[in-house]
Amino acid sequence: MNRLSDFMLPPARSTLAGEVDALFNFINVVSLILLIGITIAIIYFAIRYRRKSDDDTTPLITHNSKLEITWSVIPLILVMIVFGWGYSGYLTMTNAPDDAYEIRVIAKSWLWEFHYQDGQTSINELHVPENRPVKLIMSSDDVLHSFYVPDFRVKMDVIPNRYTSVWFEATGPGESVIYCAEYCGSAHSQMLADVIVHTQDDFDLWLEAGDAIDEDLTPVELGRQLVERQGCLACHSTDGSTLQGPTFLDIMGRERLLTDGTTVTIDENYLRQSILEPNTQVADGFPPIMPSYAGSLSDRQIDAIIEYLKTLD
Amino acid sequence: MAQPSTSVKKGEHVQHHFVDSDQQFEASKMGMWIFLVTEILFFGGLFLGYIVYRSWYPELYLMASEHLDVFWGAVNTVVLISSSLTVAMAIRSAQLNQQKGLIINLCITIALAFIFMVIKYFEYTEKFAVGIFPGGYYTYDGIAHDQANIFFSIYYMMTGLHGVHVLVGIGLMIWLVVRARKGHFHSEYYTPVEITGLYWHLVDIIWIFLFPLLYLID
Amino acid sequence: MATPEPTNTKKLQVRRYKPEENPKETYLTEETGLWAWMTTVDHKKIGLMYLGSITFFFLVAGILALILRTELLTPAQSFITADAYNQIFTLHGAIMVFFFLVPSVPAALGNFILPLQLGCKDVAFPRVNLLSYYIYVVGALFTLIAIFTGGVDTGWTFYTPYSATTGGNVMMMTFGVFILGFSSILTGLNFIVTIHRMRSPGLTWNRLSLFLWSLYATSIIQILATPVLAITLLLLTMERLLSIGIFDPALGGDPVLYQHFFWFYSHPAVYIMIVPGFGIVSEIISTFSRKHIFGYWAIALSSLAIAFIGFLVWGHHMFVAGQSSLANMVFSFLTFLVGIPTGIKIFNWLATMHRGSIDLKTPMLYIMAFLFLFSIGGFTGIMLGALSVDIHLHDTYYVVAHFHYVMMGGMVMAFLGGLHYWWPKMFGKMYNELWAKIACGLLFIGFNVTFLPQFVMGSLGMPRRYFNYLEQFQAYHQFSTIGAYIMGVAFVIMAIYLVHSLFKGKQASSNPWGSRALEWQAASPPSLHNYHHTPVIINGPYDYHKPMSEFQLGIADSHNGHDPHHQKDIETKSVEADK
Repeated sequence: MNRLSDFMLPPARSTLAGEVDALFNFINVVSLILLIGITIAIIYFAIRYRRKSDDDTTPLITHNSKLEITWSVIPLILVMIVFGWGYSGYLTMTNAPDDAYEIRVIAKSWLWEFHYQDGQTSINELHVPENRPVKLIMSSDDVLHSFYVPDFRVKMDVIPNRYTSVWFEATGPGESVIYCAEYCGSAHSQMLADVIVHTQDDFDLWLEAGDAIDEDLTPVELGRQLVERQGCLACHSTDGSTLQGPTFLDIMGRERLLTDGTTVTIDENYLRQSILEPNTQVADGFPPIMPSYAGSLSDRQIDAIIEYLKTLD
Repeated sequence: MAQPSTSVKKGEHVQHHFVDSDQQFEASKMGMWIFLVTEILFFGGLFLGYIVYRSWYPELYLMASEHLDVFWGAVNTVVLISSSLTVAMAIRSAQLNQQKGLIINLCITIALAFIFMVIKYFEYTEKFAVGIFPGGYYTYDGIAHDQANIFFSIYYMMTGLHGVHVLVGIGLMIWLVVRARKGHFHSEYYTPVEITGLYWHLVDIIWIFLFPLLYLID
Repeated sequence: MATPEPTNTKKLQVRRYKPEENPKETYLTEETGLWAWMTTVDHKKIGLMYLGSITFFFLVAGILALILRTELLTPAQSFITADAYNQIFTLHGAIMVFFFLVPSVPAALGNFILPLQLGCKDVAFPRVNLLSYYIYVVGALFTLIAIFTGGVDTGWTFYTPYSATTGGNVMMMTFGVFILGFSSILTGLNFIVTIHRMRSPGLTWNRLSLFLWSLYATSIIQILATPVLAITLLLLTMERLLSIGIFDPALGGDPVLYQHFFWFYSHPAVYIMIVPGFGIVSEIISTFSRKHIFGYWAIALSSLAIAFIGFLVWGHHMFVAGQSSLANMVFSFLTFLVGIPTGIKIFNWLATMHRGSIDLKTPMLYIMAFLFLFSIGGFTGIMLGALSVDIHLHDTYYVVAHFHYVMMGGMVMAFLGGLHYWWPKMFGKMYNELWAKIACGLLFIGFNVTFLPQFVMGSLGMPRRYFNYLEQFQAYHQFSTIGAYIMGVAFVIMAIYLVHSLFKGKQASSNPWGSRALEWQAASPPSLHNYHHTPVIINGPYDYHKPMSEFQLGIADSHNGHDPHHQKDIETKSVEADK
């Protein structure tokens, strides 16, 4: 039983996982027993009653009420058990405890933005404390997305013009993957993020320090890390290949034709503008789909990114 | 393949695969009824959209419907109801073998349908003139509500789709007139008149729902 | 007679009639030539035209599936771009659902078999039938234009707001599917009227074959659900054409409303796809078990029950879409209720095999594969209906595997079973039994190799519609791809022996399987108008307890006993009539 669930389910790292897994295993085992029964019946009948001659006659059995009631009522009871079990688990999943720590989540094509209560923000990295209920209040800036952490067994669609929420309580420090589970376009499969579970002390420390740890880095190294962490690479390559956006390779000083027909030479100002108000000067041949980073990147971070881009040639 | 024998003498109008005229008539009529069911569900989707938005924004519907012209809406209602009567009379004429009555009644129905469309045309142009276009093209600022454009999207979708049905009805009835002039219909065979009549009643009934739902909200 | 006849029977003079063997004049030899085919109103020819069209689309969408599986051999990009991948999975889904699965059994096999099983010369509205085929063709053309003028990358569900804002030619595609809907509506309408009005004398409702019952249930869903899809897609088309804003949050509309509209059709559409398959299973299982079907009414009525409950469960596609927990509870509950009639059918089919005389011909093999695969599809459906588990499994490969087990393991297996079962009737030729069995076995193996790993992947958290994936899933994906190639080989073998049989196949007798159903009392292939006289139905379609000699058809004697040539073999029968 345990081996089956180890094989089929990701590690259970939230308090919600236990009940989901138990029901998953229950349905699997019952289904397997029934399926084996049906399969044996098919094979046994096919052998036992195989046609011996073309003149075989068969008895006239039109129906058998007792039998039919049995095989209607027993499955009915089974599915009602599954229904009740599933619904009660679902109720736990939808009703967040009142003392849950709230984090605001904004999904954009194709990144996740997290805003914490004291003003701290992070992109594509969700930091949460262990053993404490965390509630996410989510909305989307553009199309539908869906917040999915398999290790926690939680999933919820993220919708424009409306708030949805999920909650979970992580059971121990570690990292898990966040997927976007609702198809959202070209880089849907790259809209991944990490949830990082800290001990309460480490979490407080992270909230205090935030990006302060970055101060030890050189601008170029900081820029390189930001470009990775902020989801830029989902659309911009560093090796010259064209994804949803132009490549970063050798970007500085390049002449670029814009969608309005004008041409610009790429410099620091153009790059800064493109990070803060990406859809005002869009490169020709690319859709105007980049989300704005205004408010989520500091000036120092933008400078660092530009410094890093200069080194790509 | 030639039929070796046929017991019931079939009229010319009975298609090869039917046993007799009755079976053909019953089948055609049932087919039309089922088609009408699909039509009701087709419009039903729009009515559902209407209901959902009305329950979300009841005040919007009050405000926006004041911009629809109740007088011309009422005239159109009378026009359509009259045309339902004339189409019923056309069927009666066919049953009684009255060729002339059939053609006259059909022509009146066609004329009434045209009147309906002309009034609709004036209603639309009046709205376009002040910038009441559907959805994203909506520029009118006389209604203080964020979703006013959606009300008019629903209005244009519902009345527009209904208008298309009226046009299809006109086409069908012109075809009936042409056939009636050739003397195709008589008391033994008037199936096309009957089922077109059914269709026309449905178009009428849908309008009878649209009129109060859109024009008469207070 | 001493006892008075019940009022609902009437006396008809009938005589015995044997179907012609090796007929010279068949529907295939008359009215030939391209123009005659294109303008034919014969239900059999229209059925074959549908069969050709859906085969073409199955081939196209199948090749697309192989491209997808090949791309997924590696976690990163292998040979196509992310955008191409997104377009291809959209087309694979849309073509398979709208152009293959929905018309496959009703429009292709159903068109051919339904009038034969009713004993009539054609469907009630033959010209409407032809019209529905051409509507299908026009819808298909629109879709093809959409593919070559920008493509579509929305997924077959066309969810807003993505579908309202993305590039490509979404409008052309949704309009194509909108048109296609009318083809489906007209087929359903035609079938309902035909079943109600065109039954032969003696063919009472309790002698209707279960295939007809399933087509009847399917037709009801088609006429009730398809108009809602039509209006939804029309609104979506208008969304792109005129920005009407009803589904677009940027203009104040609601994207979740779109999902309700869409699934109100598309969930019943799942039953449009699978219920006709149930009908085929009933026909084949009783023919090859040579035994009366077990629980006739249970099977017939459970089809109708599925059709009706199927209208009330659309919300289970939206458990994580932000609808209220009350709605989720109700939809989950109703979803489990649909499971019951489905389970009843499986047990009834097993009971039919019990004490039968089972002949393991190719159609029967397909149906045994169906029973196994469809059961897995059903059990995993229970898993997805359970609310808390569905939260985890929603939009993962688990769902992908589940509906492929239902649609391909269920529906396609039933369709192939039906195709092999009626092939001799359609073309009067037998295919090579050995190769057919080999292809069936390969298909079964390939199918499981493809989709079993996807259950594991999905439970482990692999989301669907992913172009790139984490390396931990690579082994499962590679397994899956190998399975897809095995299925490809099986279909190639099938195509070869079926085409071969058309030219070199052995001549089929009128009733090669010894079936009691009415269509086997016509010649193989049938004549242009199916039966030379109006058949009179004296026995039920599953009366396997009676000797075969009783199964010569009675035909109504049109001269009421005064036909000098056949005076001697005329007898009078009381025939139930409930028209």
